[in-house]
Amino acid sequence: MYSFEPTEEQRMLIDAVQRYAINDLRNAAHDADESGELPQALVEKGWELGVLQASVPEAYGGFGEHSAVTGVLAAEELAYGDPAGALAVMAPAAYALPVLLAGSEEQKKALLPPVIGDSWKPFTAAFIEPDFDFFAGDMRTKARKEGSGYVIDGVKAMVPFADRAQGLVAYAALDGKTQAFVVPAKAEGVKVGEREKLLGLGALPLFRVEFESVKLGGDAWLGDSPTKDAGPLIAASSVAVAALAVGLSRAAHLYSLNYAKEREVFGTPIAQKQSIAFMLAEMAIEIESIRLLVWEAAWLLDSGKDAAREAYLALSGASDMAMMVTDRAVQILGGHGYIREHPVERWYRTGRGISTFPGLAMV
Amino acid sequence: MISFEMPEKIQQTVTLMTMVAENMMRPVARHFDEHEHEVPWDYINFMHDANKQMGGGGFVPSTEKPKKSESGEPKKEGPRIGYQRLAYSAEVLSWGDTGLYLCSPVGLLGAAAVAATGTPDQKARFLTRFGGDKPVLDAMALTEPHAGSAMPAMVRTTAVRDGDSWVLNGEKIFVTAGHKALVDTQGFVVVWATIDPSAGRAGVRPFVVEAGTPGCTVTKLEHKLGIRASDTASVVLQDCRIPFENILGSPEVEKKTTEGFKGAMATFDASRPMVAASALGVARATLETLKDFLAQKGITVRYGLPRSRLTNIERELIDMEVMLRSTWLLVLKSVWMMDEKKPNNLEASMGKVRAGDAVVKITQRAVELLGPVGYSREHLLEKWFRDAKINDLYEGTGQINRLIVARRMLDYGRQELS
Repeated sequence: MYSFEPTEEQRMLIDAVQRYAINDLRNAAHDADESGELPQALVEKGWELGVLQASVPEAYGGFGEHSAVTGVLAAEELAYGDPAGALAVMAPAAYALPVLLAGSEEQKKALLPPVIGDSWKPFTAAFIEPDFDFFAGDMRTKARKEGSGYVIDGVKAMVPFADRAQGLVAYAALDGKTQAFVVPAKAEGVKVGEREKLLGLGALPLFRVEFESVKLGGDAWLGDSPTKDAGPLIAASSVAVAALAVGLSRAAHLYSLNYAKEREVFGTPIAQKQSIAFMLAEMAIEIESIRLLVWEAAWLLDSGKDAAREAYLALSGASDMAMMVTDRAVQILGGHGYIREHPVERWYRTGRGISTFPGLAMV
Repeated sequence: MISFEMPEKIQQTVTLMTMVAENMMRPVARHFDEHEHEVPWDYINFMHDANKQMGGGGFVPSTEKPKKSESGEPKKEGPRIGYQRLAYSAEVLSWGDTGLYLCSPVGLLGAAAVAATGTPDQKARFLTRFGGDKPVLDAMALTEPHAGSAMPAMVRTTAVRDGDSWVLNGEKIFVTAGHKALVDTQGFVVVWATIDPSAGRAGVRPFVVEAGTPGCTVTKLEHKLGIRASDTASVVLQDCRIPFENILGSPEVEKKTTEGFKGAMATFDASRPMVAASALGVARATLETLKDFLAQKGITVRYGLPRSRLTNIERELIDMEVMLRSTWLLVLKSVWMMDEKKPNNLEASMGKVRAGDAVVKITQRAVELLGPVGYSREHLLEKWFRDAKINDLYEGTGQINRLIVARRMLDYGRQELS
């Protein structure tokens, strides 16, 4: 059966996350982007919503079941508040969900409870590489078997909270297939570089990380068969980032819509001009349809079917949507859209990053 | 719970309609494109027989409560999927051929108006005929020579009450399947007319005019860019007398509210998703054919690659797939809302806008990408390019539907945004 209605439980979660996104994340977003720092209390408050905790079963310290659909709904709302803040709150999920989805029973029992505690902890993932043609299916960071363990070499870009990480999941090519490995924070050969200076996500501390012959145990690999790769994790990450794009676009659309109803030209609100009203209509149509594409990809992930193609298409559509919507949001505000007092220029900068962000989040 | 699982009943419908599309439509699509105004009786008769075998109620979902079973227990009501199924039928049959789909004797736009706004008695009188001995078609007559997108507010055709009847006068143009509904078969046309020209939009109502009614004449058939299997007629109403009971909605004019008018407009919430679904059938046919041609040359899409590593053709195909699937989901949501009895006015127009855009872009690009092959009448791509454009025009142009979406979102009326 087709249905486009979240469950009662999901509805309650969405409402709670939305309140936090509007009242907390959104209000802090400007200053955090300028100063490069998110208040720890803000992140903690987001953590207390329990989005990740509710996706992890009791046996591993959580109190629920994993659902990519629920994850997408929550990610959308968080990003509606502030995408950078959303990525900070969600950072531990980029570590915990690969363990939950691809790890063995022993790995889950050992690795998950420390993450799923009362407070937010800097667990993270190293995925993106600093090359223009970076492709998740063909990583330049390499892993090789050595004895009973693995050795990893390579450079990663945009690793959240790497300077304080208590643990990270690193992605590397093993025998030509992308695989995920759990890397202890203090492992020898992990070199955290300078904080990255980027077009957007100013509030999120992201770092260059080098793996120099990092030796890992045999239990570091998250997977059960060398014939499989981390494809499902890559798909889940694409869907997560696509959901962030939907939330971000909804925010930009509503902000520019409200502005257009207030701002006057020749004595009438600009929203009463078709050139503006039609832009707003097209933005809404784009968002609504891509949103459903993202939901469908998440639903496919939950059903256990191969969702790689759908996740890729969802991300592709979401990236174009975010750029189209945020560009128009800036345009509708005119010169004011270019001023950092309004959030639309920040969303415009964030929107351009959607195609680059997979790896930063997971549902 | 959010779910994208196709119900088995819809799966069966899709399988069945695909067989019809492959066997009864594709093989004759070119013939009827080249023989405009020739009536595709084989298709019409086949669809009529098939519809009768399936119960004969026409395609429009029943809004009546399910009948009690023999034991007297009320039948267990599953989720309503009637409009979802209808949208899938429109999609698959248009994948076969849009022009022929518009010749389906199963109740399309006119029937949708009756289903959306008619009384149980009217539904019995007008909708049961689709299951009769002979095939019948229905049509909707809205546009007039002086106004298209401003309809139905600008209706000049009048309906004057005279005892137990209404007398209609006026001219309607661009009536899809008008000739088939009024001349080729004993069908009906839903004609929009005003019962009080001084009341503006508040006075506008749809009326059912049956084939054979004196004073109702088809005067012209248009020659079109595409969908040539479907006739587009002009209908003149000259002192055309119809029974009083043929008015859809209230015969009273409430000048202050426009409730009667708004009720009539509910028709479009049902019909726009069907046009959108039909558009996407053509879009899917085009994309599939394009991919087949390219696959023969060894070109397939490598999903997952970043754009920097993709060829232009791969990027185009990926864009088209995103457009097609995301738009389909939007249309599906709009009909799911109908089945769930949720107001879907916004979603119906959203889907219509995007489906019109999608099919036009996809067919334009496909013809371009295949060069002389795409441009040749040896293949159907150039035909689909011509057929596609109607979807951005009928049942409200892309611009009118943008206006509806914008007004809804901005909470504006006609005064604020026109």
